[in-house]
Amino acid sequence: MVNDQPTALERFINGILPENPTYRQLLGMCPTLAVTNGMQSAMTMAGATAFVLICANIVVSLIRNLLKPHLRILVYTLTIATFVTIADRVLAAYMYDMSKQLGPYIPLIIVNCIIVCRCEVCASSQAVHIAAADAVGQSLGFTLALASIATVREVLGAGTWFGIAVMPAGFPNWVLMVLPPGAFITLGLLLGLVNWLTALWTQGRKAKPTAA
Amino acid sequence: MNEQTKAAPEIRRKGGGYLGQAWLILVLALLFGSGLAAVQMALEPIIARNKLSETLLQIPNLVPGSETGEQERVNGQLVFRALDADGNLMGWVLPASGQGFADKIEMLVGLDAALETITGIYVLDQKETPGLGNRIAEAGWRDQFRGKPTSKPLELSSAESSIPHHVEALTGATISSESVKDIVNGAVASLKEALAKASGS
Repeated sequence: MVNDQPTALERFINGILPENPTYRQLLGMCPTLAVTNGMQSAMTMAGATAFVLICANIVVSLIRNLLKPHLRILVYTLTIATFVTIADRVLAAYMYDMSKQLGPYIPLIIVNCIIVCRCEVCASSQAVHIAAADAVGQSLGFTLALASIATVREVLGAGTWFGIAVMPAGFPNWVLMVLPPGAFITLGLLLGLVNWLTALWTQGRKAKPTAA
Repeated sequence: MNEQTKAAPEIRRKGGGYLGQAWLILVLALLFGSGLAAVQMALEPIIARNKLSETLLQIPNLVPGSETGEQERVNGQLVFRALDADGNLMGWVLPASGQGFADKIEMLVGLDAALETITGIYVLDQKETPGLGNRIAEAGWRDQFRGKPTSKPLELSSAESSIPHHVEALTGATISSESVKDIVNGAVASLKEALAKASGS
């Protein structure tokens, strides 16, 4: 039974692309759509989520043998809420403007399914180092996903990247891209692109052995 | 019904009573609670400083003609005197807060020197519903408070109204609008009272 479960390295790699939380599992859509209108807010959100995810996975993994099946979700939520509150306070103290810009989306990390999902799937049944590797991998996957969406939206919508102008001066900003519809359009197109590339890649891999 | 009466003793026998079931949650709640209290104690002064500098930055927008703010306590209440370049009193800025739909809303209310007109409001902190309640922080909605008379408490209206003490509520965010209105009314009343007491004594 224990041998069936992925190792630390597999967990880490799975999180980045094969089981990417955004493009593969379609979890955490709320921050994905809401805060990707600029790289700065997207990366702050990714950082806060990574902090909460890593801490929650480690704590849940440490106490995994004490969990009672019918009370486990309560323990996850309690743990996650604690770390989210810490992240919220730290942002308000040291990144005040960003904290105001993200507003309620930081407290909403509590209900981000990615974190509950990782606590349930990995941390509640595997050792601490595996849970930590899993959390880091998933956080990287989430960061990559947010970065890709935010790059498209900020470059096309505001002509900037991390607030630095990257488009030629005459570029007409596609304001739609930084507004909510732009989030849906970008997510849909990138999701399609990722699926298409994955399909091409798996077809290529299947074709090779038969050819050889 | 039968299921329930059977299940209860079952749980107690297996897990050693309700405490046996819940001890982990109680211990975690205590640990996390004290951890959060420590974080709050360490960071609160820094957050308060951030809010103070934002308040001082907003004073010229809240009271026309003012350039700086001077913090003082009137009858125990924290207020800012909004002063112009020569140090003349142009108006008052009052920090006020109240319960919103999701969490506490913290606001600044600007009033003219005679406390007759609201000169502007500003939202320092809010966690209202994104897309609905959080529009209370947008300038487009806040600006309608500018120039409202303080002779009567403000009231919400569901459509644009020409009655001076009416403000238009946000569609889909009645509770958030109501909270802001109550915070503003409360702030105006308490500053009036505090200044009256201070000048009376």
